[in-house]
Amino acid sequence: MTLAEIVKRLNLKVYAGEGGLARPVSGGYAGDLLSDVIAHSRKDQLWITLQIHPNVIAVAALKDLAAIVFVNGREPAPETAAQAEKERIPLCGTTLSAYELAGRAYALGLLEK
Amino acid sequence: MALRRIRADLHIHSCLSPCGDLSIYPRRIVERASAAGIGVVGVCDHNTAGNAAAVINAARGSGLTVLPGMEIASEEEVHVLGLFPSLAALRPLEEEIARDLPRLSAKEAARQDQVLVGEDDEVLGFHPLHLLGATRRTLSEIVELIHRRGGLAIAAHIDREAFSIVSQLGFIPPGLAIDALEVSPLTTIARARETIRPPARFPLVRFSDAHRPEEIGRATTDFLLAAPTFEEIRMALKAERGRRVCRP
Repeated sequence: MTLAEIVKRLNLKVYAGEGGLARPVSGGYAGDLLSDVIAHSRKDQLWITLQIHPNVIAVAALKDLAAIVFVNGREPAPETAAQAEKERIPLCGTTLSAYELAGRAYALGLLEK
Repeated sequence: MALRRIRADLHIHSCLSPCGDLSIYPRRIVERASAAGIGVVGVCDHNTAGNAAAVINAARGSGLTVLPGMEIASEEEVHVLGLFPSLAALRPLEEEIARDLPRLSAKEAARQDQVLVGEDDEVLGFHPLHLLGATRRTLSEIVELIHRRGGLAIAAHIDREAFSIVSQLGFIPPGLAIDALEVSPLTTIARARETIRPPARFPLVRFSDAHRPEEIGRATTDFLLAAPTFEEIRMALKAERGRRVCRP
């Protein structure tokens, strides 16, 4: 499944990194402690979080994650969005909670390959 | 002026912190710190300095220097110590922080054991705000607010698995204007350097994070100073005019 398809079907807002929408996504990871995300997330995953600090971009780049989705209507700080453009990390958002969004992504069939 | 080694424990809670033991009241703090050979303490309750005046007054005549401070929780739930030269310098920040914290009902406040005391350890009341909450300021905003009021900003217990800059943010954001990094009594400065590999420009310090009197001084940092004052410690963290953090 591509990120563009997920964005459309889950009605996500795209804040930055639109260039990466064609990227295939394989499963996801939800977490707000960046140390935990560094330890446990995997390449090509959709990262679901409420953490909007600019460090999220470095973590996503480090782990080669497909995109970041901010939940609960949280919007990235301007600095975070600028970093995302630079690192080509798509930033998306939803007003849903992490639980709801993960459930819907799972129901779409967004599982690990 | 001759420089000497002065021992500091700049991260001590009082009975005002919800997680602080009731027995960690002003005169006990002064007694325990003096007995542990400490010259400077920092009183840093969670998001408040409500008991700092009482500890300062309790220490009068004891030779112990008490720096008022707060352990502030940023929006990312990173804990940052803000230490100040005086209560007057700290108060405006304390008021700003208070606006971000939810108010507790009287019953909840009593259950949280957030005990405000006077210098003779008498109970004055319960703090009405949810002190363990997080503020709505980002880490860099907190650091900036501390600096604007003339304080020192120290990232608390960076080795801890919760509420630390590393646990919450994965690594220390480049360009962060923090004055020092604190490691907890759970590890040593040498081990923290190896495992966390913080940028070399940040001084590392180690304090007790005491929540009960017997924990005061379980981790301390020696500074080479001319006198046990805020300004001397500030200079030591910047390695100015011969002042410095002593190697453990």
